[in-house]
Amino acid sequence: MWVLLGIAVIVAGFMLRFNPLLVVAISALVTGLAAGINPVEVLAAFGKSFNDARYVSVIYIVLPVIGILERHGLQQRARTAISALKGATVGRLLLGYLVFRQLTAALGLTSIAGPAQTVRPLVAPMAQAAAEAQGADPDSDDVPAIAAATDNIGLFFGEDIFIAIGSILLMKGVLEGYGMFVEPLDLAVWAIPTAICAFLIHGFRLLMLDRKLARARTSSPAVEASK
Amino acid sequence: MIGLHFIYAAGGACFAAFAILSALDSDNAKRWGNAAFYALLAASFWAGDLIGDIGNGLLVLGLVLIAGFKLMGRGARVTTNDAQRADESTRRGNRLFLPALVIPVVALAGTFAFKRFPDIFDSKQVTLVGLTFGVIAALGVCYAWFRPRPVTPFAEGVRLMDSVGWAAVLPQMLASLGAVFALAGVGEVVGGIAGGIIPDGSLFGAVVVYALGMAAFTMIMGNAFAAFPVMFAGVGVPVLIGIFSGDPVRVAAIGMLAGFCGTLMTPMAANFNLVPAALLELKDQNAVIKAQIPTAIPLLAANVLLIYFLAFP
Repeated sequence: MWVLLGIAVIVAGFMLRFNPLLVVAISALVTGLAAGINPVEVLAAFGKSFNDARYVSVIYIVLPVIGILERHGLQQRARTAISALKGATVGRLLLGYLVFRQLTAALGLTSIAGPAQTVRPLVAPMAQAAAEAQGADPDSDDVPAIAAATDNIGLFFGEDIFIAIGSILLMKGVLEGYGMFVEPLDLAVWAIPTAICAFLIHGFRLLMLDRKLARARTSSPAVEASK
Repeated sequence: MIGLHFIYAAGGACFAAFAILSALDSDNAKRWGNAAFYALLAASFWAGDLIGDIGNGLLVLGLVLIAGFKLMGRGARVTTNDAQRADESTRRGNRLFLPALVIPVVALAGTFAFKRFPDIFDSKQVTLVGLTFGVIAALGVCYAWFRPRPVTPFAEGVRLMDSVGWAAVLPQMLASLGAVFALAGVGEVVGGIAGGIIPDGSLFGAVVVYALGMAAFTMIMGNAFAAFPVMFAGVGVPVLIGIFSGDPVRVAAIGMLAGFCGTLMTPMAANFNLVPAALLELKDQNAVIKAQIPTAIPLLAANVLLIYFLAFP
């Protein structure tokens, strides 16, 4: 039971707003001590996994390219391009991006888009420009946040349809541990129902966003007039 | 063979450049904290396989101390202003999208092409290798077209990297915490508790405990990969498959996706939730999570129903 102290440390650390890296390190130490593992062994186990997981952090090599393109006006260009498109609304734009992200992730192309690669330089400024044309507040976090959310949702509920993604391989391994031998494709197929639900639920919210903006716009001139 | 070594060499070079530029940024009061953090990451990429497990552990402790004592801050380097950018975007037109598109196009082409040369390219890493080549090609295009000073792309890159800051390594830290939890047997204890609270004989109750437990443990660990083996062992195998004869493939596949709903709702999944908020310079660091919750909760409910209706005979 005492090994659960590590989980308590994480929850408490987050509530008290300590730095998460510090919280995670202390949780590892507490968990190890509770299980009677000596701290040096905990440090070694921690270091080994950290080293094995380096591929997660490789993605930051795209930042110099995105940075130099922004310096020369990429975000402004993304805004201009979307304003020139007639009938482009923030809801439709993000719905299109959701489809793109789910389909490409389902083909295993998870790294071609993401917060650094596409959301910051392209999708968020385009969504913001479209939303402002629909009367949205330019200073609000709402539109960029939903753009980033759409990227995550498209990725999560698309990638599991691809047979060689980490989560599928993990499940295959765990099932094998119980003597159940399955093909990755069988697991991948059963990700499709949830992928469809994710598309319907999030797609509905995106289209509602257009309606919300339209409603706010028809009601706000009245407010202006009454001043 | 071109594989992880190549990718990590590129990652190390990029962080080494970030470290040097941070150290030279004399207007940033916390420049040495930034420089040390990026230098440790460069060392991890370049020398992680040489310094042993304890060496890597000490390296992580260094990162934790820099972040924990708040020794990092945003750089003070000047870049172009909005008016200059708007002017240049008009002048250069839609061609500005091309270098950004080079990255996914090369990554895509590489994914398919490199597989044909298993002697040259590590077939397990083709996508990341493709991405790395894509970045190098895109950088080449930018140098040829904009003719910047050699350090300028990296100076612009470190500006973005500073907004991510320590959150960049949280995913790696959580993977490591998962390893320590596995060593200590946390999974068995959590799975045992979850298995113990299922109402007797209720299939629907068991499915709810399984799916919500998957999401809740994912929220704590920041990663469904850590939650899956625990809940599958604690509830999936003994109850859903053992007692109610559920189909293992469907219980597993949809259960994992219930965990993904948890990922959408937790600050521990920093790379998906906190890093985008930082990169987009949002005022509320939890804004992305708040935008995701109204999708995550109904989707979690949908997963409960999918397991209940699809996975049992």
